[in-house]
Amino acid sequence: MSTADDKNRKAPAGERVADWADGRLGIYGLAKANMRKIFPDHWSFMLGEIALYSFIIIILTGVYLTLFFHPSMNEVEYHGGYVPLQGVMMSEAFASTLDISFDVRGGLLIRQIHHWAALIFLAAMLVHMMRVFFTGAFRKPREINWLFGFLLFVLGMFTGFTGYSLPDDLLSGTGVRFMQGAVLSVPVVGTYLSMFLFGGEFPGGDFVARFYSVHILLLPGIMLGLVVAHLILVFYHKHTQFAGPGRTNRNVVGMPLLPVYMAKAGGFFFLVFGLIVIVSAIATINPIWSIGPYRPDQVSTGAQPDWYMGFSEGLIRVMPGWEINFAGHTLVLGVFIPLIIFPLVLVAIAVYPFVESWVTGDKREHHILDRPRNAPTRTAFGVAWLTWYFVLLVGGGNDLWATHFHLSINAITWFVRVAFFAGPVIAFIVTKRICLGLQRRDAEKVLHGRESGVIKRLPHGEFVEVHTPLEQGDLHKLTAHEQYKPAEIGPTVDENGVERKVSPGEKLRAKLSEGYYGEGSQIPKPTAEEYKEITSGHGHH
Amino acid sequence: MSSQEEIPEENLPSEQGAAHGAVERTDDPFADPGLPAHRPRVQDIDERAAKRSERAVAFLFTLSMVATVAFIASFVAFPVDKIVFIFPFGHVSILHFSLGLTLGIALFCIGAGAVHWARTLMSDVETADDRHPIEATPEVKAKVLEDFAIGAAESGFGRRKLIRNTMFGALALVPLSGVVLLRDLGPLPEKKLRTTMWRKGKQLINMNTNEPLRPEDVVVGSLTFAMPEGLDQHSEDFQKQIAKAALMIVRIQPDEIKDKRELEWSHQGIVAYSKICTHVGCPISLYEQQTHHVLCPCHQSTFDLSDGARVIFGPAGHALPQLRIGVNAEGNLEALGDFDEPVGPAFWERG
Repeated sequence: MSTADDKNRKAPAGERVADWADGRLGIYGLAKANMRKIFPDHWSFMLGEIALYSFIIIILTGVYLTLFFHPSMNEVEYHGGYVPLQGVMMSEAFASTLDISFDVRGGLLIRQIHHWAALIFLAAMLVHMMRVFFTGAFRKPREINWLFGFLLFVLGMFTGFTGYSLPDDLLSGTGVRFMQGAVLSVPVVGTYLSMFLFGGEFPGGDFVARFYSVHILLLPGIMLGLVVAHLILVFYHKHTQFAGPGRTNRNVVGMPLLPVYMAKAGGFFFLVFGLIVIVSAIATINPIWSIGPYRPDQVSTGAQPDWYMGFSEGLIRVMPGWEINFAGHTLVLGVFIPLIIFPLVLVAIAVYPFVESWVTGDKREHHILDRPRNAPTRTAFGVAWLTWYFVLLVGGGNDLWATHFHLSINAITWFVRVAFFAGPVIAFIVTKRICLGLQRRDAEKVLHGRESGVIKRLPHGEFVEVHTPLEQGDLHKLTAHEQYKPAEIGPTVDENGVERKVSPGEKLRAKLSEGYYGEGSQIPKPTAEEYKEITSGHGHH
Repeated sequence: MSSQEEIPEENLPSEQGAAHGAVERTDDPFADPGLPAHRPRVQDIDERAAKRSERAVAFLFTLSMVATVAFIASFVAFPVDKIVFIFPFGHVSILHFSLGLTLGIALFCIGAGAVHWARTLMSDVETADDRHPIEATPEVKAKVLEDFAIGAAESGFGRRKLIRNTMFGALALVPLSGVVLLRDLGPLPEKKLRTTMWRKGKQLINMNTNEPLRPEDVVVGSLTFAMPEGLDQHSEDFQKQIAKAALMIVRIQPDEIKDKRELEWSHQGIVAYSKICTHVGCPISLYEQQTHHVLCPCHQSTFDLSDGARVIFGPAGHALPQLRIGVNAEGNLEALGDFDEPVGPAFWERG
């Protein structure tokens, strides 16, 4: 409804541009919903931001690198600026990576930023994922976003692998050879897969070009789509928040997108970018010039993949070399089993939200985060998984552990073999105990207040420590969590004596539920009655 | 059991107490006190403090500008190949180092300025927004289901089964074209992995000197790498051939060789084994002179070269293949055939 007055008023240029865009895109409607959108604040919420920003940095620097990189395996003799390698035969891919590093001004810096950002991207995703896991932020309605995030992590791993294989240097080529050896172990089709992947026998002349299109187009394309979907869902669901005064499951408390969050998040992008650039300037990563070009008959000691591939390296290193020969065929279990466990390690954490929601049977939306201690079984599972992961990382670097700490490589390998099974179990039990201890402490704090450190001497000579009661906000925060009751199967015989069929699934669920929420798996939080009885005067403690 | 039947639960004192408590829940000791009052920061009260913050932010943004100018200056000023010593980083490319630091500072200062601005000068009053259930209301859901039913009915999808089934058939078949197109990604394996370049009569060429190896070149305790005669670093399939043909040669006192066939296939204690690990194909390159063990540096598979190269530790599944060698008329080491089993990692057809 524009009036004559409106028309006569000369709108400022910015408004006129916005009007133009609104008439075509409806931006005012979008802005109304989102411009002052509230984002809760907590330090752990920035972990995902680090992942997002390093992804953007990777794309920016990656586009630059494509301008100079030649994804070709044609063998050439090097005559560039790096003297020690002059006259050496190498692939064009390696030669052009040397050119980027030594002849293009700033090329080395961009290459280093690209590689550092990739390492940080994966690390940030893993830590962000753990934050989401331990606080229960994956619960309804965010399960799909959890899966999107998980897919980003897995695709990130493979994008990283295909990326660091592109320079065709001795280290990455050895990693590709490892991958090819693992592919060969697949029963029935292994040799076919290998031939198709490499365009013939290893190494052939194709894999750099093939990895290149996968690395710069296919995987990042999918990932970009997933990142956008991930962010749209974050906006749509609105961010989770921790319990606290004024924070409920039905509201979201924090600061508005414009201006505070925009300034903080936008500023944080520059902080992350700046730090990665400084790290890239002072800490060399992947010095392919000192590693040399790939030759299938050469290798260096201490060969390690980038960290995010380390757990697969651990699997392959500690697995006993089982091989079964029968009827003219070979089942290469020593390599094939690690190849199967590799995705299973990842899937174990990915499916967890669905297992938990099945056990609880909880169909409500959850926007208030759990403190890890208040979900002891979940927390213990997460720590067990991390233990598993890090045990395998240790296995992946068993040679480095041996040389750095003067240990026997055989002993380390055997340690990892045992810890692969025992480590998660021990971690689970210990973590659960710690969580319960922390729950007890919370209950104690609620009922008796905080230890003030002030010692009072009573008239009859007794010394007591004065406890200060908690503030209302803290009392609420420490008791806001909900405690599930274990699901029960209920009577299996109804009043008429007719037996009800109980499915094995139902029985399993009741068992798991008992393990999750039964006796000894959570400390009952203080009730109002307990609190009143203690604070009503009779009996100080 | 009987006492419970006599007195209904709700009349028991405990239940009464609980009911009484429920009334008192209005003064729940753990009740949510609501959002705490906003505590003003010093910048909210003291304009001089706010001014200080403003200057700090402006300083950071200015520093960023200076750093960008310094970046451009470094780009122009420093040659690409100049190496300097900078403590504690050691010898570094001055161009790389200065570009990185200036760009890093330029970016970081923008971030630091923005964050400082947001934290000290923008309003830090927390506000609450309502959440709304994600699920649609029953009315919306009913309307959608109804619309869908109408749409489906209008298409005749469920009624005209012939259309439905042929459509599924067509959609299922058409991706096959894509799969077929992938066929030429590579050749079929056939026997490619079973053979190498080694043939009877091919001389062993020292990888370092490019000269034929003579028995007297190989001394006890040394590890020598060899390739087949006729393989040239400049030839197009060098990488592919060396990936299978790479050879390592050691000399062991004949009486120390435990494996009978190994001794037969050696030449006066000189044994030739495939250099490619039978685990996943890394080249083996660590040799322990005293024990005649070789170790793959990738995954630590350890083989005993004095005992048929059997696996004594690590993830490899079988022994390294041995190449039968002898000496030709010129006194050079030569192969007496190809390996009698596939080299490198095991695979399904290996047998």
